[in-house]
Amino acid sequence: MNTYNIKLVMVAICTSLLFVQCADDDDNGNVISQETCDDGIMNGDESGVDCGGSCDPCGVNDLDFSGTYAQEDVMGRPGINTVFSGADDVKNDFNTTIVSDRAAFQPTFEATLEAYHDVYGDALGVDLDYEANILTLDAPTFTTVLAQFDALQVAPDAPTTYFDGTNVLTGRNLGDDVIDISLTLMFGGTTGTRFDGNNGTPQLTSDGAGPGDRDFTLPFPYLEPVNVN
Amino acid sequence: MKKTKFFAGAGLLGAAVLAAFLISADHLDAPAAAGTSVDIADLYAFEGDNPNNTVFVATLQGPLQPGTVTENAVFDEDVLVEFNIDNDGDFVEDLVIQAIRRDSTMYFFGPSVVDAADSGLNSEVYINDVAGQVEISEVGEQIVASNNGMTFFAGPRRDAFYFDFNQFNEVVSGSAAPAGFLPSNQASDFFEGLNVLAIVVEVPNSLLGDAPPHVGGAVGLTGLPNAYNVWVSAKRKQ
Repeated sequence: MNTYNIKLVMVAICTSLLFVQCADDDDNGNVISQETCDDGIMNGDESGVDCGGSCDPCGVNDLDFSGTYAQEDVMGRPGINTVFSGADDVKNDFNTTIVSDRAAFQPTFEATLEAYHDVYGDALGVDLDYEANILTLDAPTFTTVLAQFDALQVAPDAPTTYFDGTNVLTGRNLGDDVIDISLTLMFGGTTGTRFDGNNGTPQLTSDGAGPGDRDFTLPFPYLEPVNVN
Repeated sequence: MKKTKFFAGAGLLGAAVLAAFLISADHLDAPAAAGTSVDIADLYAFEGDNPNNTVFVATLQGPLQPGTVTENAVFDEDVLVEFNIDNDGDFVEDLVIQAIRRDSTMYFFGPSVVDAADSGLNSEVYINDVAGQVEISEVGEQIVASNNGMTFFAGPRRDAFYFDFNQFNEVVSGSAAPAGFLPSNQASDFFEGLNVLAIVVEVPNSLLGDAPPHVGGAVGLTGLPNAYNVWVSAKRKQ
Protein backbone atom coordinates (compact mmCIF):
# COMPACT_ATOMS: atom_id res chain seq x y z
CA MET A 1 0.00 0.00 0.00
CA ASN A 2 1.53 3.32 -1.01
CA THR A 3 1.47 6.57 0.90
CA TYR A 4 -1.37 7.98 -1.21
CA ASN A 5 -3.61 5.07 -0.43
CA ILE A 6 -2.81 5.29 3.26
CA LYS A 7 -3.80 8.98 3.27
CA LEU A 8 -7.01 8.15 1.46
CA VAL A 9 -7.87 5.51 4.02
CA MET A 10 -7.15 7.90 6.88
CA VAL A 11 -9.37 10.55 5.34
CA ALA A 12 -12.10 7.98 4.94
CA ILE A 13 -11.79 6.88 8.59
CA CYS A 14 -11.77 10.43 9.89
CA THR A 15 -14.73 11.30 7.74
CA SER A 16 -16.67 8.31 9.01
CA LEU A 17 -15.80 9.24 12.59
CA LEU A 18 -17.25 12.66 11.91
CA PHE A 19 -20.48 11.03 10.85
CA VAL A 20 -20.44 8.78 13.89
CA GLN A 21 -20.01 11.82 16.04
CA CYS A 22 -22.81 13.54 14.23
CA ALA A 23 -24.99 10.50 14.84
CA ASP A 24 -24.21 10.62 18.56
CA ASP A 25 -25.03 14.30 18.63
CA ASP A 26 -28.37 13.48 17.12
CA ASP A 27 -29.02 10.95 19.90
CA ASN A 28 -28.21 13.52 22.51
CA GLY A 29 -30.73 15.80 20.92
CA ASN A 30 -33.48 13.28 21.69
CA VAL A 31 -32.74 13.06 25.43
CA ILE A 32 -34.25 15.57 27.86
CA SER A 33 -31.34 16.58 30.04
CA GLN A 34 -33.44 19.18 31.92
CA GLU A 35 -36.73 17.72 33.20
CA THR A 36 -39.58 20.17 32.97
CA CYS A 37 -43.24 20.07 33.93
CA ASP A 38 -44.32 20.24 30.28
CA ASP A 39 -42.03 17.81 28.47
CA GLY A 40 -44.73 15.20 28.03
CA ILE A 41 -42.96 12.42 29.93
CA MET A 42 -42.74 11.31 33.58
CA ASN A 43 -39.26 12.19 34.79
CA GLY A 44 -37.44 13.90 37.61
CA ASP A 45 -39.39 13.71 40.85
CA GLU A 46 -42.74 13.58 39.07
CA SER A 47 -45.29 10.98 40.20
CA GLY A 48 -47.23 11.19 36.92
CA VAL A 49 -46.63 12.71 33.50
CA ASP A 50 -45.63 16.34 34.13
CA CYS A 51 -47.27 16.39 37.56
CA GLY A 52 -46.52 15.67 41.19
CA GLY A 53 -43.17 16.23 42.86
CA SER A 54 -42.03 19.79 42.10
CA CYS A 55 -44.73 20.16 39.42
CA ASP A 56 -48.42 20.79 40.06
CA PRO A 57 -50.28 17.97 41.86
CA CYS A 58 -51.43 15.19 39.57
CA GLY A 59 -55.01 14.71 38.55
CA VAL A 60 -56.35 11.24 39.15
CA ASN A 61 -56.07 10.29 35.50
CA ASP A 62 -52.34 11.03 35.51
CA LEU A 63 -51.63 8.43 38.18
CA ASP A 64 -51.38 4.70 38.59
CA PHE A 65 -53.83 3.31 41.17
CA SER A 66 -53.82 -0.22 39.76
CA GLY A 67 -53.39 -3.39 41.74
CA THR A 68 -55.04 -5.36 44.50
CA TYR A 69 -54.89 -4.21 48.12
CA ALA A 70 -55.22 -6.81 50.90
CA GLN A 71 -56.51 -6.15 54.42
CA GLU A 72 -53.86 -6.05 57.16
CA ASP A 73 -55.59 -3.97 59.84
CA VAL A 74 -59.21 -3.17 60.58
CA MET A 75 -61.11 -1.39 63.32
CA GLY A 76 -64.73 -0.89 64.29
CA ARG A 77 -65.30 -0.11 67.97
CA PRO A 78 -62.34 1.03 70.05
CA GLY A 79 -60.24 -1.48 71.90
CA ILE A 80 -61.92 -4.68 70.73
CA ASN A 81 -58.99 -6.54 69.21
CA THR A 82 -56.49 -5.15 71.69
CA VAL A 83 -58.51 -5.99 74.76
CA PHE A 84 -60.40 -9.17 73.91
CA SER A 85 -58.38 -11.22 71.43
CA GLY A 86 -55.72 -12.15 73.96
CA ALA A 87 -53.04 -14.09 72.12
CA ASP A 88 -50.98 -12.59 69.34
CA ASP A 89 -52.08 -15.07 66.68
CA VAL A 90 -55.74 -14.37 67.51
CA LYS A 91 -55.12 -10.64 67.12
CA ASN A 92 -53.55 -11.18 63.72
CA ASP A 93 -56.42 -13.45 62.69
CA PHE A 94 -58.99 -10.88 63.81
CA ASN A 95 -57.38 -8.24 61.59
CA THR A 96 -57.40 -10.46 58.53
CA THR A 97 -60.92 -11.87 58.89
CA ILE A 98 -63.85 -10.20 57.16
CA VAL A 99 -66.11 -8.30 59.54
CA SER A 100 -69.17 -10.44 58.75
CA ASP A 101 -67.35 -13.68 59.64
CA ARG A 102 -66.23 -13.08 63.21
CA ALA A 103 -68.67 -15.28 65.14
CA ALA A 104 -65.88 -17.76 65.80
CA PHE A 105 -64.07 -15.23 67.97
CA GLN A 106 -66.89 -15.06 70.53
CA PRO A 107 -65.68 -17.94 72.79
CA THR A 108 -62.19 -16.42 72.95
CA PHE A 109 -63.62 -13.01 73.78
CA GLU A 110 -65.76 -14.46 76.55
CA ALA A 111 -62.80 -16.35 77.98
CA THR A 112 -60.72 -13.17 77.97
CA LEU A 113 -63.51 -11.22 79.67
CA GLU A 114 -63.67 -13.83 82.43
CA ALA A 115 -59.88 -14.00 82.60
CA TYR A 116 -59.70 -10.30 83.47
CA HIS A 117 -62.06 -10.99 86.35
CA ASP A 118 -60.00 -14.03 87.37
CA VAL A 119 -56.74 -12.12 87.38
CA TYR A 120 -58.20 -9.52 89.66
CA GLY A 121 -60.07 -12.04 91.76
CA ASP A 122 -56.88 -14.03 92.28
CA ALA A 123 -55.08 -10.93 93.46
CA LEU A 124 -57.90 -10.24 95.90
CA GLY A 125 -58.24 -13.85 96.96
CA VAL A 126 -61.88 -14.03 95.91
CA ASP A 127 -63.74 -15.57 93.00
CA LEU A 128 -64.97 -13.01 90.51
CA ASP A 129 -67.20 -13.54 87.52
CA TYR A 130 -68.54 -11.11 84.96
CA GLU A 131 -72.08 -10.02 85.73
CA ALA A 132 -74.60 -8.75 83.19
CA ASN A 133 -73.87 -5.09 82.46
CA ILE A 134 -75.94 -1.92 82.31
CA LEU A 135 -77.21 -2.97 78.89
CA THR A 136 -78.41 -6.18 80.58
CA LEU A 137 -76.14 -8.24 78.34
CA ASP A 138 -74.86 -11.47 79.83
CA ALA A 139 -71.36 -12.67 78.99
CA PRO A 140 -72.21 -14.71 75.87
CA THR A 141 -74.44 -11.95 74.48
CA PHE A 142 -72.04 -9.13 75.35
CA THR A 143 -69.12 -10.91 73.71
CA THR A 144 -71.25 -11.78 70.70
CA VAL A 145 -71.89 -8.07 70.21
CA LEU A 146 -68.17 -7.43 70.55
CA ALA A 147 -66.98 -10.21 68.26
CA GLN A 148 -69.68 -10.84 65.71
CA PHE A 149 -70.99 -7.29 65.38
CA ASP A 150 -67.74 -5.35 65.63
CA ALA A 151 -68.50 -2.16 63.79
CA LEU A 152 -69.14 1.38 64.92
CA GLN A 153 -72.87 2.05 64.76
CA VAL A 154 -73.36 5.50 63.23
CA ALA A 155 -76.83 7.03 63.27
CA PRO A 156 -77.26 9.72 60.61
CA ASP A 157 -80.42 11.14 62.17
CA ALA A 158 -79.52 11.17 65.86
CA PRO A 159 -76.97 12.95 68.05
CA THR A 160 -73.62 11.21 68.15
CA THR A 161 -72.45 9.43 71.26
CA TYR A 162 -70.69 6.22 72.15
CA PHE A 163 -72.69 6.31 75.37
CA ASP A 164 -73.91 9.35 77.28
CA GLY A 165 -76.03 7.71 79.96
CA THR A 166 -79.14 7.82 77.81
CA ASN A 167 -78.22 7.39 74.18
CA VAL A 168 -75.91 4.57 73.18
CA LEU A 169 -73.91 3.49 70.14
CA THR A 170 -74.80 6.19 67.64
CA GLY A 171 -71.21 6.92 66.66
CA ARG A 172 -68.01 8.04 68.32
CA ASN A 173 -67.10 11.64 69.07
CA LEU A 174 -63.47 12.67 69.40
CA GLY A 175 -64.01 13.36 73.10
CA ASP A 176 -66.13 10.36 74.08
CA ASP A 177 -64.57 8.58 77.05
CA VAL A 178 -64.61 5.19 75.35
CA ILE A 179 -62.32 3.68 77.97
CA ASP A 180 -64.60 4.45 80.91
CA ILE A 181 -67.60 3.30 78.88
CA SER A 182 -65.86 0.05 77.97
CA LEU A 183 -64.67 -0.55 81.54
CA THR A 184 -68.18 0.09 82.85
CA LEU A 185 -69.61 -2.41 80.38
CA MET A 186 -66.95 -4.96 81.37
CA PHE A 187 -66.83 -4.48 85.15
CA GLY A 188 -69.80 -2.31 86.14
CA GLY A 189 -72.44 -5.00 86.44
CA THR A 190 -76.12 -4.23 86.06
CA THR A 191 -75.87 -0.91 87.90
CA GLY A 192 -72.61 0.23 86.32
CA THR A 193 -71.22 0.71 89.83
CA ARG A 194 -70.23 -2.83 90.75
CA PHE A 195 -66.51 -2.00 90.94
CA ASP A 196 -66.49 1.77 90.98
CA GLY A 197 -64.10 2.30 93.87
CA ASN A 198 -66.85 3.10 96.36
CA ASN A 199 -67.94 1.05 99.37
CA GLY A 200 -64.63 -0.75 99.51
CA THR A 201 -64.72 -1.98 95.93
CA PRO A 202 -61.79 -1.67 93.58
CA GLN A 203 -61.96 1.03 90.92
CA LEU A 204 -62.32 -0.87 87.66
CA THR A 205 -64.95 1.19 85.85
CA SER A 206 -62.94 4.37 85.23
CA ASP A 207 -59.27 4.82 84.42
CA GLY A 208 -59.40 8.33 85.89
CA ALA A 209 -57.86 9.82 82.76
CA GLY A 210 -59.70 12.70 81.12
CA PRO A 211 -59.07 14.64 77.94
CA GLY A 212 -56.91 17.23 79.74
CA ASP A 213 -56.53 20.40 77.70
CA ARG A 214 -57.64 18.86 74.42
CA ASP A 215 -60.09 21.00 72.46
CA PHE A 216 -62.92 19.08 70.81
CA THR A 217 -64.81 22.17 69.63
CA LEU A 218 -62.69 22.99 66.58
CA PRO A 219 -64.16 23.25 63.07
CA PHE A 220 -63.08 20.90 60.29
CA PRO A 221 -60.80 18.92 60.43
CA TYR A 222 -61.92 18.88 64.09
CA LEU A 223 -58.61 17.40 65.33
CA GLU A 224 -56.05 19.66 66.97
CA PRO A 225 -52.64 20.49 65.50
CA VAL A 226 -49.81 18.25 66.68
CA ASN A 227 -48.10 18.31 70.02
CA VAL A 228 -44.81 19.96 69.19
CA ASN A 229 -42.83 18.88 72.23
CA MET B 1 -63.96 -22.30 80.62
CA LYS B 2 -63.51 -19.79 83.39
CA LYS B 3 -62.13 -22.35 85.78
CA THR B 4 -59.46 -23.32 83.31
CA LYS B 5 -57.97 -19.96 84.22
CA PHE B 6 -57.00 -18.24 81.05
CA PHE B 7 -53.74 -17.11 82.58
CA ALA B 8 -53.09 -20.16 84.74
CA GLY B 9 -50.40 -21.59 82.50
CA ALA B 10 -48.46 -18.43 82.17
CA GLY B 11 -49.32 -16.95 85.55
CA LEU B 12 -49.16 -13.29 86.29
CA LEU B 13 -45.99 -12.88 84.26
CA GLY B 14 -47.94 -13.98 81.21
CA ALA B 15 -50.65 -11.53 82.06
CA ALA B 16 -48.13 -8.73 82.31
CA VAL B 17 -46.59 -9.65 78.96
CA LEU B 18 -50.03 -9.75 77.42
CA ALA B 19 -50.86 -6.40 78.91
CA ALA B 20 -47.73 -4.87 77.45
CA PHE B 21 -49.35 -5.17 74.04
CA LEU B 22 -52.64 -3.73 75.15
CA ILE B 23 -52.47 -0.24 73.82
CA SER B 24 -56.04 0.78 73.05
CA ALA B 25 -58.03 1.80 71.12
CA ASP B 26 -56.49 0.06 68.14
CA HIS B 27 -53.00 1.53 68.46
CA LEU B 28 -50.45 -1.27 68.01
CA ASP B 29 -53.24 -3.81 68.33
CA ALA B 30 -51.64 -6.86 66.74
CA PRO B 31 -48.03 -7.92 66.16
CA ALA B 32 -48.32 -8.20 62.39
CA ALA B 33 -49.60 -4.64 62.03
CA ALA B 34 -48.01 -2.89 65.01
CA GLY B 35 -45.55 -0.20 64.13
CA THR B 36 -46.14 -0.51 60.39
CA SER B 37 -47.73 1.88 57.91
CA VAL B 38 -51.02 -0.08 57.99
CA ASP B 39 -51.44 0.27 61.75
CA ILE B 40 -54.78 1.91 62.54
CA ALA B 41 -54.86 3.87 65.80
CA ASP B 42 -58.50 4.94 65.96
CA LEU B 43 -61.76 5.35 64.12
CA TYR B 44 -64.21 8.15 64.88
CA ALA B 45 -67.51 8.85 63.13
CA PHE B 46 -69.75 11.71 64.19
CA GLU B 47 -72.21 14.35 63.10
CA GLY B 48 -70.46 17.29 61.45
CA ASP B 49 -70.84 20.97 62.27
CA ASN B 50 -73.37 20.73 59.45
CA PRO B 51 -75.79 18.20 61.00
CA ASN B 52 -76.63 16.87 57.56
CA ASN B 53 -73.07 15.57 57.25
CA THR B 54 -71.17 12.69 58.82
CA VAL B 55 -67.46 13.00 59.59
CA PHE B 56 -65.17 9.99 59.31
CA VAL B 57 -61.77 10.12 60.99
CA ALA B 58 -59.09 7.44 60.76
CA THR B 59 -55.85 7.87 62.66
CA LEU B 60 -52.81 5.80 61.81
CA GLN B 61 -49.26 4.96 62.84
CA GLY B 62 -49.79 6.14 66.40
CA PRO B 63 -48.46 6.90 68.80
CA LEU B 64 -45.96 9.31 67.24
CA GLN B 65 -43.54 11.19 69.44
CA PRO B 66 -43.49 14.96 68.84
CA GLY B 67 -40.63 16.47 66.88
CA THR B 68 -38.75 14.61 64.19
CA VAL B 69 -40.75 11.38 64.54
CA THR B 70 -43.95 13.25 63.74
CA GLU B 71 -42.29 15.44 61.11
CA ASN B 72 -40.91 12.39 59.30
CA ALA B 73 -44.08 10.30 59.47
CA VAL B 74 -45.65 9.71 56.06
CA PHE B 75 -48.66 7.92 54.67
CA ASP B 76 -47.62 4.84 52.68
CA GLU B 77 -48.41 4.99 48.94
CA ASP B 78 -48.98 1.22 49.05
CA VAL B 79 -51.62 1.41 51.81
CA LEU B 80 -55.26 1.97 50.88
CA VAL B 81 -57.40 3.26 53.75
CA GLU B 82 -61.11 2.50 53.46
CA PHE B 83 -64.14 3.68 55.41
CA ASN B 84 -66.62 0.82 55.03
CA ILE B 85 -70.35 1.42 55.38
CA ASP B 86 -72.94 -1.32 55.78
CA ASN B 87 -76.38 -0.12 54.67
CA ASP B 88 -78.43 -3.27 55.25
CA GLY B 89 -77.23 -4.74 58.55
CA ASP B 90 -75.31 -7.77 57.28
CA PHE B 91 -71.88 -6.37 58.23
CA VAL B 92 -70.75 -6.57 54.62
CA GLU B 93 -69.72 -3.23 53.18
CA ASP B 94 -72.18 -1.71 50.72
CA LEU B 95 -70.34 1.58 50.29
CA VAL B 96 -66.69 2.41 50.63
CA ILE B 97 -64.78 5.68 50.78
CA GLN B 98 -61.13 5.17 49.83
CA ALA B 99 -58.05 7.28 50.54
CA ILE B 100 -54.55 6.74 49.21
CA ARG B 101 -51.46 8.92 48.93
CA ARG B 102 -49.60 9.73 45.75
CA ASP B 103 -46.62 12.02 46.25
CA SER B 104 -47.70 14.94 48.47
CA THR B 105 -51.43 14.55 47.83
CA MET B 106 -54.14 12.36 49.36
CA TYR B 107 -56.67 11.13 46.79
CA PHE B 108 -60.22 10.18 47.76
CA PHE B 109 -62.68 7.92 45.92
CA GLY B 110 -66.33 7.17 46.57
CA PRO B 111 -68.64 6.65 48.28
CA SER B 112 -68.55 3.75 45.83
CA VAL B 113 -71.09 0.99 45.62
CA VAL B 114 -69.40 -2.32 46.44
CA ASP B 115 -70.74 -5.35 44.61
CA ALA B 116 -70.96 -8.40 46.84
CA ALA B 117 -68.28 -10.13 44.79
CA ASP B 118 -65.90 -7.23 45.40
CA SER B 119 -66.43 -7.01 49.16
CA GLY B 120 -64.12 -8.48 51.75
CA LEU B 121 -60.39 -8.66 52.31
CA ASN B 122 -59.19 -7.50 48.89
CA SER B 123 -59.91 -4.21 47.16
CA GLU B 124 -59.06 -2.25 44.08
CA VAL B 125 -59.23 1.51 43.83
CA TYR B 126 -62.52 2.78 42.40
CA ILE B 127 -60.72 5.04 39.95
CA ASN B 128 -63.95 6.04 38.21
CA ASP B 129 -65.45 7.37 41.44
CA VAL B 130 -63.14 10.30 42.11
CA ALA B 131 -64.27 12.20 45.20
CA GLY B 132 -61.50 14.76 45.49
CA GLN B 133 -57.98 15.34 46.62
CA VAL B 134 -56.11 17.39 49.21
CA GLU B 135 -52.48 18.30 49.61
CA ILE B 136 -51.15 16.52 52.68
CA SER B 137 -50.54 18.96 55.52
CA GLU B 138 -47.19 19.00 57.23
CA VAL B 139 -46.56 19.95 60.84
CA GLY B 140 -47.76 23.53 61.25
CA GLU B 141 -50.08 23.36 58.24
CA GLN B 142 -53.81 22.79 57.95
CA ILE B 143 -54.73 22.32 54.31
CA VAL B 144 -58.37 21.57 53.59
CA ALA B 145 -60.06 20.90 50.26
CA SER B 146 -63.67 20.39 49.23
CA ASN B 147 -65.36 18.86 46.24
CA ASN B 148 -68.94 17.88 45.50
CA GLY B 149 -70.06 18.57 49.06
CA MET B 150 -67.28 16.49 50.61
CA THR B 151 -64.39 17.99 52.59
CA PHE B 152 -60.95 16.46 53.00
CA PHE B 153 -57.88 16.62 55.26
CA ALA B 154 -54.78 14.46 55.63
CA GLY B 155 -51.78 15.04 57.87
CA PRO B 156 -50.37 14.80 61.39
CA ARG B 157 -52.60 15.80 64.31
CA ARG B 158 -52.65 15.55 68.08
CA ASP B 159 -53.96 12.18 69.25
CA ALA B 160 -57.48 12.74 70.60
CA PHE B 161 -57.44 9.43 72.46
CA TYR B 162 -56.87 9.51 76.22
CA PHE B 163 -56.19 6.57 78.48
CA ASP B 164 -54.10 5.70 81.55
CA PHE B 165 -52.42 2.87 79.73
CA ASN B 166 -49.72 2.23 82.31
CA GLN B 167 -52.19 1.81 85.16
CA PHE B 168 -54.33 -0.39 82.93
CA ASN B 169 -51.37 -2.76 82.71
CA GLU B 170 -51.15 -2.76 86.49
CA VAL B 171 -54.86 -3.46 86.83
CA VAL B 172 -55.08 -6.33 84.38
CA SER B 173 -51.97 -7.97 85.80
CA GLY B 174 -53.49 -7.87 89.28
CA SER B 175 -50.67 -5.83 90.74
CA ALA B 176 -52.91 -2.80 91.28
CA ALA B 177 -55.18 -4.69 93.67
CA PRO B 178 -57.07 -3.83 95.70
CA ALA B 179 -57.37 -0.20 94.59
CA GLY B 180 -57.56 -0.69 90.82
CA PHE B 181 -57.38 2.45 88.72
CA LEU B 182 -56.13 5.70 90.16
CA PRO B 183 -58.23 8.70 91.16
CA SER B 184 -58.42 11.35 88.49
CA ASN B 185 -55.92 13.58 90.23
CA GLN B 186 -53.33 10.78 90.10
CA ALA B 187 -54.18 9.15 86.77
CA SER B 188 -51.89 9.83 83.84
CA ASP B 189 -52.97 10.02 80.20
CA PHE B 190 -50.39 8.02 78.23
CA PHE B 191 -51.37 9.68 74.92
CA GLU B 192 -51.50 13.28 76.08
CA GLY B 193 -48.27 14.38 74.41
CA LEU B 194 -48.42 12.14 71.35
CA ASN B 195 -49.51 12.49 67.75
CA VAL B 196 -51.00 10.44 64.91
CA LEU B 197 -51.44 10.66 61.16
CA ALA B 198 -55.05 11.54 60.42
CA ILE B 199 -57.37 11.20 57.45
CA VAL B 200 -60.60 13.17 57.78
CA VAL B 201 -63.48 13.23 55.31
CA GLU B 202 -66.85 14.91 55.86
CA VAL B 203 -69.66 13.53 53.72
CA PRO B 204 -73.25 14.65 53.16
CA ASN B 205 -75.58 11.99 54.53
CA SER B 206 -77.38 12.10 51.19
CA LEU B 207 -74.36 10.28 49.71
CA LEU B 208 -74.40 7.53 52.34
CA GLY B 209 -77.69 5.82 51.55
CA ASP B 210 -80.16 4.39 54.04
CA ALA B 211 -79.22 3.28 57.53
CA PRO B 212 -80.45 -0.15 58.64
CA PRO B 213 -82.18 -0.91 61.95
CA HIS B 214 -79.65 -0.64 64.79
CA VAL B 215 -77.83 -3.90 65.47
CA GLY B 216 -78.65 -3.48 69.16
CA GLY B 217 -82.09 -4.77 68.31
CA ALA B 218 -80.53 -8.18 67.67
CA VAL B 219 -79.61 -8.46 71.35
CA GLY B 220 -82.72 -6.91 72.83
CA LEU B 221 -81.68 -3.26 72.93
CA THR B 222 -84.82 -1.55 71.74
CA GLY B 223 -85.51 2.01 70.73
CA LEU B 224 -82.14 2.70 69.15
CA PRO B 225 -82.09 4.83 65.98
CA ASN B 226 -81.25 3.35 62.61
CA ALA B 227 -77.49 3.23 62.24
CA TYR B 228 -74.91 2.35 59.64
CA ASN B 229 -72.33 -0.21 60.63
CA VAL B 230 -68.95 1.41 59.96
CA TRP B 231 -65.38 0.18 60.10
CA VAL B 232 -62.04 1.29 58.75
CA SER B 233 -59.60 -1.01 57.03
CA ALA B 234 -56.00 -0.60 55.93
CA LYS B 235 -55.04 -2.68 52.93
CA ARG B 236 -51.58 -3.14 51.43
CA LYS B 237 -50.82 -3.39 47.72
CA GLN B 238 -49.92 -6.94 46.74
